[in-house]
Amino acid sequence: MPPVIDREQVLHVARLARLRLSEEEVETMVGELSGILGHVDRIASLDLEGVEPTSHVVALENVLRADEPWRSLPRDVALASAPEPSEGAFRVPSPQAE
Amino acid sequence: MAEILDLTVLEAHNAKMAGELSPREHVEAWFEAAGTDELNAYLWRNDRGPEAAAIEPAQDWNAPIAVKDIFCTEGAPTTAASRILEGYRPPYTATAVQKLIKAGLPILGKTNMDEFAMGSSNENSAYGPVLNPWDRTRVPGGSSGGSAAAVAGGLAPWALGTDTGGSIRQPAAFCGIVGLKPTYGAISRYGMIAYASSLDQCGPLTRTVSDAALLLAMLEGRDPLDSTSVGIDGGVSLPDREDLAGMRFGVPAELARDSVDAGVREVFERTLEKIESLGGEVVEVSLPSAEHGISAYYVIAPAEASSNLARYDGVRYGMRAGGDGDLIEMYETTRSDGFGAEVKRRIMLGTYALSSGYYEAYYGQAQKVRTRIAEDFSRAFSAVDFIVTPTAPSLAFKLEEKTNDPLSMYLGDLFTVPINLAGLPAISIPAGLAEPEGGEPQLPVGFQIAAPAFAEQRLLDAAYALEQGIGFDRRPGDADG
Amino acid sequence: MAELEAVIGLEIHVQLATKTKMFCGCELSFGDEPNVHTCPICLAHPGVLPVPNEQAIRYALQIGLALDCEIAPRSIFHRKNYFYPDSPKAYQISQYDIPICGPGKLGEVRIHRAHLEEDAAKTIHVGASGRIHGSDASLVDFNRGGTPLVEIVTEPDLRDAAEAAEWARLLRETVRQLGVSDVNMEEGSLRVDANVSVRPAGSSELGTKTELKNMNSFRFLQRGIEAELARQRELVEAGGTVEQETLHFDPASGSLTSLRSKEEAHDYRYFPEPDLMPLAPTEEMLREAREALPELPVARIERYESELGLARDVALTLATDPRTAGYFENTVEAADGVEPRVLANWVTGELAAALRQAEVEGGAADSRVSPPALATLVRMVQEKKISHGSGKTVLAAMVTEGGDPAEIIEREGLAQMSDSGELEAIVEKAIADNPDAVEKIREGNGKAIGAIVGAVMRETKGRADGGEVNRLIRERL
Repeated sequence: MPPVIDREQVLHVARLARLRLSEEEVETMVGELSGILGHVDRIASLDLEGVEPTSHVVALENVLRADEPWRSLPRDVALASAPEPSEGAFRVPSPQAE
Repeated sequence: MAEILDLTVLEAHNAKMAGELSPREHVEAWFEAAGTDELNAYLWRNDRGPEAAAIEPAQDWNAPIAVKDIFCTEGAPTTAASRILEGYRPPYTATAVQKLIKAGLPILGKTNMDEFAMGSSNENSAYGPVLNPWDRTRVPGGSSGGSAAAVAGGLAPWALGTDTGGSIRQPAAFCGIVGLKPTYGAISRYGMIAYASSLDQCGPLTRTVSDAALLLAMLEGRDPLDSTSVGIDGGVSLPDREDLAGMRFGVPAELARDSVDAGVREVFERTLEKIESLGGEVVEVSLPSAEHGISAYYVIAPAEASSNLARYDGVRYGMRAGGDGDLIEMYETTRSDGFGAEVKRRIMLGTYALSSGYYEAYYGQAQKVRTRIAEDFSRAFSAVDFIVTPTAPSLAFKLEEKTNDPLSMYLGDLFTVPINLAGLPAISIPAGLAEPEGGEPQLPVGFQIAAPAFAEQRLLDAAYALEQGIGFDRRPGDADG
Repeated sequence: MAELEAVIGLEIHVQLATKTKMFCGCELSFGDEPNVHTCPICLAHPGVLPVPNEQAIRYALQIGLALDCEIAPRSIFHRKNYFYPDSPKAYQISQYDIPICGPGKLGEVRIHRAHLEEDAAKTIHVGASGRIHGSDASLVDFNRGGTPLVEIVTEPDLRDAAEAAEWARLLRETVRQLGVSDVNMEEGSLRVDANVSVRPAGSSELGTKTELKNMNSFRFLQRGIEAELARQRELVEAGGTVEQETLHFDPASGSLTSLRSKEEAHDYRYFPEPDLMPLAPTEEMLREAREALPELPVARIERYESELGLARDVALTLATDPRTAGYFENTVEAADGVEPRVLANWVTGELAAALRQAEVEGGAADSRVSPPALATLVRMVQEKKISHGSGKTVLAAMVTEGGDPAEIIEREGLAQMSDSGELEAIVEKAIADNPDAVEKIREGNGKAIGAIVGAVMRETKGRADGGEVNRLIRERL
């Protein structure tokens, strides 16, 4: 059975998900995802015309919060887990290497 | 000391009330027991030192508990069994855990699990698999494998787990204990590291149904920090039913068709007979869409997960790698090095299902199947009080038996997944032992009972009566044969 | 080639002036030290969940009602997924195909929709050495992250840059008067992006549009749109095709640079936010939102035109600023038997000029001329108790010292000459004194009458009515 998802698509999806796959992983992924999608595809052919998709499990509306301030984290706590804190902020590499 | 560890939480509670057991003795016995972990059930054990100060109860007066490492515990390591959160200590504690701390429960430690709750065998942990106390060459189930093994293996009197597609019930079945997944919305999800937001729920793993009721009573309730939480109207109290008279139990025709191991089927049939002998009625019901549960689940859960796990990007906490390159380099290296294979697989599946051009065919369609499944249950519950199935189609399998075949791993969830899709409560109780292929030792079989939304009390009552009727009192390591 | 017309739509982001963020209780702040208003939720720690700010919902309803929008009986939140350091969850909680506000209108421009979402954090680019130079690294400040936003999208109804800037001003003023936002473009509480395209005049198809960003003043908005329209026109007229892209406006040079990167366009993979429940505004919420609306510029402009008979441009000038409008309406109320139209012209004309002349700060509402005083003055001119010219003199005095016109007239002796006999005598004397002018007039040079009128005015110290003087002179010649 031809793969449901091909190499190009795997690379595209990996890019969307910010994952880097090795050549080997790409190959494995093509096979595994195709197998899973092949099974999952059974629902594609079901006639579900007129059925509302479930978007919320509990039937609630207007679950809101009063506009009252609470205490924010002290800055040192906010930065405590930061991989690279710098000048009171979170330092990250820029989008494109020069 | 060994006797203290034999007591269920309720028994210990009664003993404390009668002055026969001191809370301190009880707590110390369990902390000591937790230290004998050879099953790799714990990722972190609480030494009750300064780093655990934020999660220390004001006074010990309740049974200590093991908490799945998916719950944020302030100041104490929380990894979701992933490399990407190695060393991470949250600045806050999950609401569910806070409630337990307030009720006086010391935290024994954080238990091992499948990474980010994705798995059915606890083999997807970045910190090694968990071993099944009944047979250490076998898996304890997943994703709450550590919690289940700890309770079954005498390393904790009770434990907190989470269930998205069966992750409390299936390990409970594989480990011969009780596992309860409450109705979606019964317990707050705030602080519970998200896998699939519309499916995740936390719940108790215990040795008895009564202990599960005790724990559920402490956990349930609306939380202003979780918009999807409502609690259980009327709360929960200890069950005390003695029979099942007047109760109707439905067996879904479609699911019974699927291949179930002979040993599992035998115990299941015997349990149906037990129900009848207790005065319950067993009838066939139809859940026509339930067979599509796996397909719908393995679109919806990965889709939500792909979004929930996108925050693990090396910017604000957790692991960072490739930071010498540019931003994309950092993102890709961090996530590729930090996530395990199963997590990556599900992120890929989910991203694909949501991507442009595929949304309607996959995610849109899966959410419609979900509606149908919920409708099926609703219709069935107008004719019966409960729906019953084996919890899992097989006994606990061998380590590495299914790791090369993800799809076959997924198919083991066929009985548990439809429950999550419909948001219903369900419990797995140990119903007997069966012999696996290849002989000894015998392994436990779980019996699943599902009920309508927010019918936890009735569910616990029925499960309790059945549990008493079955009288399952086997522990791992009992005389074999 | 066929003439090209411009097609412009605007996308506006309004930062709401609530006390706390959209999905957590951290306070909103401006200009504070970085990362002092954060919590596990807006830092997107593992396990956190959002809960919507009730006030933000109310403010969004008020904006929707002010823009005449259909309010959705039920709307939901969606996740918009993309990776960027200023987006801590790697998704923005927004609204997609079921927004809180549907189609509406403001003035001549139709509103397509308005919805709620959360703002991104702030990134500052720094060089490796820490100086702002190149962009080797960025520092992220999450104070702003999570601020409630309402995004308003118009239909592409605008046809030139000036019109777009003008309408944007009207929108800004309307939202400002609701009290739901500071709507300050320089500070970033109002952000206006433009979608611009061209097409053959009269065509109903839309051309390819480009998106213009980073114009942080109405002037820049206009300039940016003008520059892009010029570019597109030139391109199309030379036979080229416009490519869809995002252009970044540089205020220093006034030019636009393309932000089109090598990456493909974003695939946001929208799906309904499972952690949030739908919004279904109740009758009470809608009623409260409606009651909270003051009279807004568009409604007032219309009222001035239809009820008070003002010309459109006068109505626009008076009605846009509520304080000027209030001043004008007080004047109308105090006036007996003077048409609002006349009062309006005095407020926007003579009074405005007098204030400019005297270099007075602020507008009519800030001046020393009280509405009843102005009303009295205008009535006196209308009743010819003083001449129009004298009226302006009195007004100038009132601008400086305030006070009552009748007293000033009395004091300065500016009462109009009411005795027509006295006036006729002066007119006849002036005619007699200016035979050359009379000669010229009789020859057909009408302008020469000015000399005689001038003589009469000088004699009467401006107290005569110019029109009356003219009439009397012509009678005699």
